[in-house]
Amino acid sequence: MSAVLALLKRDLALLTPGAHGGGGRRGGTMLPLLFFLAVAMLYPFAVGPDAPLLARTGGGVIWVAALLAAILPLDRLLAPDVEQGFFDQWALRGISEELVVAVRMIAHWLSFGPPLMLATLPAAALLGIDGATLRIVELGLLAGTPGLAAIGIIIAALTVSLRSGAALSGLLVIPLAVPLLIFGAGSLSTGGEGGLALTAAISLALIAAAPFAGGAAIRAAREG
Amino acid sequence: MEECRLTGDDIACLRGERLLFRRLSLALSSGEALHLAGPNGIGKSSLIRILAGLRRPYAGVINRMGAIGLLDERPVLDEHLPLGKALDFWSRIDASAQSHWEQLGLEPLADVPVRYLSTGQRKRAALARLAGQGAPIWLLDEPLNGLDSDAVATCESMVAQHCASGGIAIIASHQPFAMPGLTKLMLGEYAA
Repeated sequence: MSAVLALLKRDLALLTPGAHGGGGRRGGTMLPLLFFLAVAMLYPFAVGPDAPLLARTGGGVIWVAALLAAILPLDRLLAPDVEQGFFDQWALRGISEELVVAVRMIAHWLSFGPPLMLATLPAAALLGIDGATLRIVELGLLAGTPGLAAIGIIIAALTVSLRSGAALSGLLVIPLAVPLLIFGAGSLSTGGEGGLALTAAISLALIAAAPFAGGAAIRAAREG
Repeated sequence: MEECRLTGDDIACLRGERLLFRRLSLALSSGEALHLAGPNGIGKSSLIRILAGLRRPYAGVINRMGAIGLLDERPVLDEHLPLGKALDFWSRIDASAQSHWEQLGLEPLADVPVRYLSTGQRKRAALARLAGQGAPIWLLDEPLNGLDSDAVATCESMVAQHCASGGIAIIASHQPFAMPGLTKLMLGEYAA
């Protein structure tokens, strides 16, 4: 149990924006957050000051921005720890890859999920989204971002030994995230709870599978 | 230290399409040390990883009794952290106190980020990590690389002390390793 806490503490220090990493850091930056806000800011410039159009499409834009922002940290998520031998040392201590990946997934979600949900508030103001829609967007992100974190960690584990992993992982995440996007952003137009429930269900299934898929991928990479 | 044993039976190692060595058997029990010698590329590091259980042998069986401690070319410490904090992480994982700091001369380096350390300093830090783990079986891959003569002596005495207290050590190195009771295994004799 103390090992899990030590892992979580290290992961959060590495990934969370603002956490003190002891001078100079490895991965955790504000970049996904700023990227997300930049998209929300640029969209009104691109489509013009048509308030009803912005309000109608704004929720979908927030979803796409969230998905793309979640891709940014993927190349630093697992690969450095594999290269530097951390996974080997954990394996020798009987700490399974599955456990490490599960803890890393939680830290990854904490590093971008809640910050994006907070950043959605100013983004909603920029896009002129009303309160009821904002509520559905926020609930949708709460249900969907854990699924995005799970997809992200699976892809990060699969591309761990590839040299051009960063570019590839972005391409691989997008098709896998389509179901989350359909139900998550889809719940905006129907205004119903059904879409949110389905988003949450997909997320749960992905979260359950991710540690095992990720762990197996890292072990396979070690044999190479 | 608890009773430990490491045996390998009829091991062969395939790297890519090439068979590096075959029909290699070894058996070590508490207090014994083995020096794996041989030229570059003969498969010393591969054998160390096979014995650690991080690589599957192409053929053969490995039996381990006791936890494995591995020291290879990577210090496995967070580059951006000061050395003290980076080693603290492993102390928490291993639920151990930091040991051998003084002996390895690491005290003045506690506040220096790992990325600023020299090769030899990293190696000494890795030795401290290994000693803190408290594993009975030590697998050392080129432990003397980058160490100055004082640090070499410290490393040799640490390994000797480890074996004297009932541990096992396997040292893969192309350099001589001075230690009482060290048997030598020329990996070249098993080359395929």
